[in-house]
Amino acid sequence: MISQKTEEVLEKLYIEIVEQKKKGLTYAELKLNQDGAEHKELSKKNLALEKNGIIKLTKAGEIEARDVVRRHRLAERLMTDVFDLKGVCVHDSACEFEHILHRGIDEQICRLLGHPRTCPHGAKIPEGKCCKEKGLSDTRVVAPLSLIKPGEKGKISYIQAEEKDKLHTIMAMGVLPGMEITLLQNFPSFLFKVGNSQFAVDENIAKDVFVRLSK
Amino acid sequence: MEVKKIIIAGNPNVGKSVIFNALTGSYATVSNYPGTTVEVFRGNAKIDGQEYEVIDTPGMYSFISVTEEEKVSRNIMFSEKPFVIIHVLDAKNIERMLPFTLQLIEADLPVLLVLNIMDEAERLGIKLDTKLLEAELGIPVLTAIGTMRQGINNLKERIADYKHLANRDAIVKYDPRIEEFLSKSEFGRLNSLLLLQGDAEIEERLTKANKPAVKNLKNEIEKLKKKYSKPLSYLLAIQRQDGASSLLRKAGVNKGRQMGSFAETLSRLSMSSVGGYLIMFFVLYFGLYLFVGKLGAGVFVDFLEKTVFDSWIIPPFTNFIEHALPWKLAQDLFVHDYGLVTLGLRYAFAIILPIVAAFFFVFAIIEDTGYLPRLAMLIDRVFKKIGLSGRAVIPMVLGLGCGTMATMVTRTLATKRERLIATLLLALAIPCSAQLGVIMAMLAGLPVLLGIWLGVINAVFITAGFLSAKILPGNAPVFFMEVPPLRLPKFSNLFVKTYTRMEWYIKEVIPVFLIVSLAMWAADHTHLLAFLIKAAEFPLKTLGLPGNTATIFIMGFFRRDYGAAGLFDMQKAGLLSHNQILVAIVVMTLFLPCIAQLIMMIKERKFGTAMVLAGMVTVIAYSTGFIINYVLSSLKITL
Repeated sequence: MISQKTEEVLEKLYIEIVEQKKKGLTYAELKLNQDGAEHKELSKKNLALEKNGIIKLTKAGEIEARDVVRRHRLAERLMTDVFDLKGVCVHDSACEFEHILHRGIDEQICRLLGHPRTCPHGAKIPEGKCCKEKGLSDTRVVAPLSLIKPGEKGKISYIQAEEKDKLHTIMAMGVLPGMEITLLQNFPSFLFKVGNSQFAVDENIAKDVFVRLSK
Repeated sequence: MEVKKIIIAGNPNVGKSVIFNALTGSYATVSNYPGTTVEVFRGNAKIDGQEYEVIDTPGMYSFISVTEEEKVSRNIMFSEKPFVIIHVLDAKNIERMLPFTLQLIEADLPVLLVLNIMDEAERLGIKLDTKLLEAELGIPVLTAIGTMRQGINNLKERIADYKHLANRDAIVKYDPRIEEFLSKSEFGRLNSLLLLQGDAEIEERLTKANKPAVKNLKNEIEKLKKKYSKPLSYLLAIQRQDGASSLLRKAGVNKGRQMGSFAETLSRLSMSSVGGYLIMFFVLYFGLYLFVGKLGAGVFVDFLEKTVFDSWIIPPFTNFIEHALPWKLAQDLFVHDYGLVTLGLRYAFAIILPIVAAFFFVFAIIEDTGYLPRLAMLIDRVFKKIGLSGRAVIPMVLGLGCGTMATMVTRTLATKRERLIATLLLALAIPCSAQLGVIMAMLAGLPVLLGIWLGVINAVFITAGFLSAKILPGNAPVFFMEVPPLRLPKFSNLFVKTYTRMEWYIKEVIPVFLIVSLAMWAADHTHLLAFLIKAAEFPLKTLGLPGNTATIFIMGFFRRDYGAAGLFDMQKAGLLSHNQILVAIVVMTLFLPCIAQLIMMIKERKFGTAMVLAGMVTVIAYSTGFIINYVLSSLKITL
């Protein structure tokens, strides 16, 4: 088990080095005490290396850190999508929450949320093993339109389009968060109903519309 | 007196054109599929003694434009200074479409709201209180059933009484931070809202007027963006939708109940993978093969050609000309081989027109029932492989009727890449109905040839599409389309539509046919024709075709169907072997599009691109013919 504080250091290292492509971080930047418990834990478990006052992740450290980041962002998604907590508090409670999400549980939550690709702030969620084998048989609360079964319905939770034009296209159809949606068919194209209209879309669009399922 | 302008705007497929027709008495195409109006229609109306110019715009979903048509529509709204904009919406989808009304009001445009297709909404149990809506929105709101002409008189009265109240209070209040930004901006609420949503066109226009101010504003927007995790356009849309929904709750609109009817069952069947393909073949077989092929190209053509022209018109007319005009040269202008009547008018009216008319009638039925979007949905997966989306099914099917019209309709496709591929495929491998009809007639009773021809054309279609999708840069298209309810077409609309399309076709075709026969006559008498034929003979001989097909291919350059009709004549005279028929019709199908289509290609895709496409088409057509002939002759196959 890695301590909470250490996990937070790992998370920061991952974001700055892996995602923002910095070479490494100084003690000051990490707010890390050279003699503190976190530093000891990092070097003892061979998670980070220090060279001339610059700290970098090791291979093992990167894997561990990626996992922390993944759990954090999944926790944020869970807060917004399932518990309907919006705004600033998401981040803080997620910080607490991520440590409780052990491996294994994070996979279940990932399934529950329909394998989201980004956190509510738009940062990428590192893929887990479960994301590659995402199946229709998962128990889900939130899922993209492309992964729900014909006949299932719910409310649109959020739209995940990376490109602006695509987002506009989806919005322009009047397909917006909060609207009720029913999937009618998923082959050869996705056919769904919003309001009193039916729309046909391809998988490219269906995978971006996340639905909070209702029973 | 000053002519006031009325603009009709709204989502695709809500009945804008119906309202336009009712107001003006003129005709814009009305169909049951989204995106029919690719051109802006203008007509005149006189209401209460006042002259109005009515402008029908292509459908748009939102003020932030995605497609070309949407850009066209928006520009019209800004540049034409309308007296009133009639926003037409589909009453059963008021919740989804009302945000657009709100956008128009936001833009301080003079809006009048028409809740159309009330019959369908009522069938779903939706009740709308227009008085309450008027009070909430501060604009006139009225209901209509355009196709039954209900509510049109009321609409006219409301137009005559219309008064625009400028600078109303905003109906939708956005997030406080956004509202603060809007109140501070010097470009006004609408422009600033559009800038917030990342509208490049508005930015360009405002930059021309006041560059530093726009730059300042852009900085402010960047700061604002950082405060939110989602794009601003997304946030604004959500808040506008919330505004619309709560407004409707206040006005006591209920959402309607589930529709469970025969139409719905049939609709779903037409989109299921097995039932869908069955229905597709059913439509192709009855619509194209039986109705267009057998009835149009068989019965109608037979009657018009053999009876009307060959026995009623041509003999007495030839007789008359031969007596009235003593000179052979002058006689040949009207009759004999390349005469205006014997060639030009006979081809146009007896062979081509009946086929095209039959096609347009079938197409009108397919359109008005709402089958096309279902076909698009069914075929999207397959079309993706050739770089197109399901949406392209509309120009492709229309191309089976008239390639020129279809090339124009490629405008409705979202990306340049898709429009280019569609234009190429239309020019290359989609035979138009006139050609198709003639080919069907030639291949009647020759199933082996028909099979090979179908196979070759399909192979070329798929290969050309697949390769261009590989070669052309850009992303695969995304597919989305609204699927309207299946509707029973109205007979009057079917006839009017067929008639309007035929009128267009005749205007386009007859002059070309007459010019071609004139040119052929001139060429024949100046020995130019003999020279051209000599020049064309060699490449045709390498295809194993007799020298006199040269004339036909030269005519086919002007119009593909003209060429096809020429082949038909030759086959009937027994001048072609089966091998030659196959090679000739394959080359003719793939060959350069008719001159009208080429002109349309230049108009839509620019000269250079059109020429490159035309060159490619010629090369592919020739090589395909060459390969078939080579294979057949080296394997000593006689079909």
